[in-house]
Amino acid sequence: MSASMRTCPTTGLRVDKTAENFIKIHAVVATVALLIGGVSALLVMLTRWQAIHLLDVVWFYRLLTVHGMNMLIFFIIFFEMAVLYFASAVLLNSRVPAPKVGWVGFALMLVGTLMVEWMMFSGQADVLFTSYVPLRAEPPFYLGVILFAVGTLTVVGHYFGIIVVAKREKTYTGSVPLVTFGATTAAIIAAVTLLHGALVYIPTWLWSMGYMEIDPQFYRLIWWGLGHSSQQINVAAMVSIWYMLAAFTVGGVVLNEKISRVAFVLYIMFISMASAHHLLVDPGMGPAWKIWNTSYFMYMAVFASMIHGFTVPAGIEMGQRLRGVTQGVFGWLRRAPWGDPGFSSLVFSLTIFGFVGGITGVTFGTEQINIIAHNTLRIPGHFHSTVVAGTALAFMGATYYVIPLIFRREVAFFKLAKIQPYLFAFGMLIFSIAMTFAGTFGVPRRHWDITFAGAPFQVEFSPTVDLVIGVMAVGGLIGILGGAIYIVITVVSVFFGKRLPEGESGLGAHGRGLPLGIIAPPRALTPEDDGEDLEKHALGTTPGTMILVIVFLAAFITYYFVNWKLLSIVWKIG
Amino acid sequence: MYHSGLEAPQGIWWKPVHGSEKVWATIAFAWCLVLFAMMPFWHLRGGQNPSGIRHRVDPVAFRTRVTEFIEEYKVGTDNQIPVVEPPPGSHIYLQGAMWSWTPVLRLKQGAEYILHLSSVDVNHGFSLYPLNINFQVVPGYDYGLRITPHEAGEFQIVCNEFCGIGHHLMVGKVVVVPSDDEQAAGTTVDTAAAAVATEGGSR
Repeated sequence: MSASMRTCPTTGLRVDKTAENFIKIHAVVATVALLIGGVSALLVMLTRWQAIHLLDVVWFYRLLTVHGMNMLIFFIIFFEMAVLYFASAVLLNSRVPAPKVGWVGFALMLVGTLMVEWMMFSGQADVLFTSYVPLRAEPPFYLGVILFAVGTLTVVGHYFGIIVVAKREKTYTGSVPLVTFGATTAAIIAAVTLLHGALVYIPTWLWSMGYMEIDPQFYRLIWWGLGHSSQQINVAAMVSIWYMLAAFTVGGVVLNEKISRVAFVLYIMFISMASAHHLLVDPGMGPAWKIWNTSYFMYMAVFASMIHGFTVPAGIEMGQRLRGVTQGVFGWLRRAPWGDPGFSSLVFSLTIFGFVGGITGVTFGTEQINIIAHNTLRIPGHFHSTVVAGTALAFMGATYYVIPLIFRREVAFFKLAKIQPYLFAFGMLIFSIAMTFAGTFGVPRRHWDITFAGAPFQVEFSPTVDLVIGVMAVGGLIGILGGAIYIVITVVSVFFGKRLPEGESGLGAHGRGLPLGIIAPPRALTPEDDGEDLEKHALGTTPGTMILVIVFLAAFITYYFVNWKLLSIVWKIG
Repeated sequence: MYHSGLEAPQGIWWKPVHGSEKVWATIAFAWCLVLFAMMPFWHLRGGQNPSGIRHRVDPVAFRTRVTEFIEEYKVGTDNQIPVVEPPPGSHIYLQGAMWSWTPVLRLKQGAEYILHLSSVDVNHGFSLYPLNINFQVVPGYDYGLRITPHEAGEFQIVCNEFCGIGHHLMVGKVVVVPSDDEQAAGTTVDTAAAAVATEGGSR
């Protein structure tokens, strides 16, 4: 065992080389998928921007399919598998048992990915990400998705194996760290999600070969058990990364393990019903079913996110205050390491996910408000602020720590890395707000030509729409530039980056291309730091965070009721 | 002593919650209850609900029903698409197919109709412009929605569910004529009677 482990000189963490290899290979494939998804994003966006209208109709829908599959499935899930290996083997100091299982899982995922890519690019699967039957792709497309899902399930099983081995071999004492706990909820949700995937794609594959019939409404129901729940893998993984980055960058603490862990468990318990809010204006289900399921038992998953949205910044604030950064209500934010790309990514990811993604998502996912949101640009506007500005940005921030800690190299072009999260977050913020706004005019999503040239009747969108789409495109270009910089930094760092000396590759390493949290990790807390005087502020122990969440709630309430007002003025319908 | 999320907590971590966490969790939970309550509330008091009269329907039978409906109330054509003017209070039918909405509907302002939506091939999306009213149109399902157009004018139906290469060509039309008859404005659908009348009239 000792030959396959290296010991991190500063933290004393033993890092299993097999785990490192798994993290590396999944991260590399994730980045390639991000590149493919990013190039298609650029081309698709330049087509939706009617002033340019770049692609022809066939390639628009083809690359939109490519964009969806690469971003929402391949990039994110490969990256999440890397996160799982990190959260288990690395954080628990464990070895990786049965590496062959991991390799088989990875190989299945890769083969599935390649099949799907081939089918999409060769024009045999122009069915978009959702592939709603009876739109039909050629059978190998569905088979590729099935292989990918089976491979992912295998890796998830491997993750559980590592946890069991770590526990049995007592590689850690006490309970698993919160980050590992969160990653485990992501893994459990992944298992549930992938079973939905099997449940829907195996019959669909058989249907595509003519062996059985599938009800289109049944397909939509079960498909969203995959399609939406997979976004909850992202949420659980992203929140875990928030806690991780908070710890690395400013020594963020866990205010209360109970609260944070219960919130993670709520994700598992209530998320599979979230599928319902894609079907709110569908004919197959009645109002009771819709209300019951969208409210995910009174919005318990929303409740969980609102808890994390408090505990993560409050943990940062508390970590700062305990280390003596106590000036005023917001001194902990002002004196935070804004030049550390891990920290800026964390803050922007959390803020945009909550303020834009969370508020719009809950609002559009309300049974009746969905009437004025369904399938308009409001929907992709919402999920670009959750999955892109939220999840993808958190993953980017994590990468700046994975490069020195796992790949043991300096981050290339570190000055660019410092501004990369700002560019990406700012661009995606503009992009998703503009997109959402365009949707309020009724501009449809997934649409090649909103001038409707050649259609029997003219649809004249207000000139404001052109302006808003133009703003969206500018935001998108800035975001894509930020994404491109990320890819260049990652690829150059991983393959050509300056190697860190063998004895000096963990926390506390020196080098110009390292984030502050690596060079000067936050001081470890001692029992003397437990400041009882912190309790005395009128707004509690974390007054800054309290003010921020109250601003958030006010924004939420305002947006929510403005939408009820917008709904109330359309025709009576029901 | 506090620790980070990367460290394994030692001993029992099921500990009392901070005051501020308790306050926020309570506020958040109360807000979630409001979110929940608004949906049933709107069913009772609001004018816009996606409930509808929902049935399974064979796509061929739906196409036949639409054809009968057109024959019964046709008043002309618009861009080769039949225009129908059904009486206020009746069941009206709109068929989504690759890549057209049939027929063009002429409705009376202020009158109530039951609009039946379905598709005869793949999923389509009913999106009424510029009002931004959106419903999913699923083959094999009849979505019957009571609608009351309260303003006159021309409205377009955009397809907002991807349905193949001609998706962007799929634009339909609804014309709402100003109400010249106060009685029509007050008409509502007697579901049972109207259903019997239309069924009887068409068979």
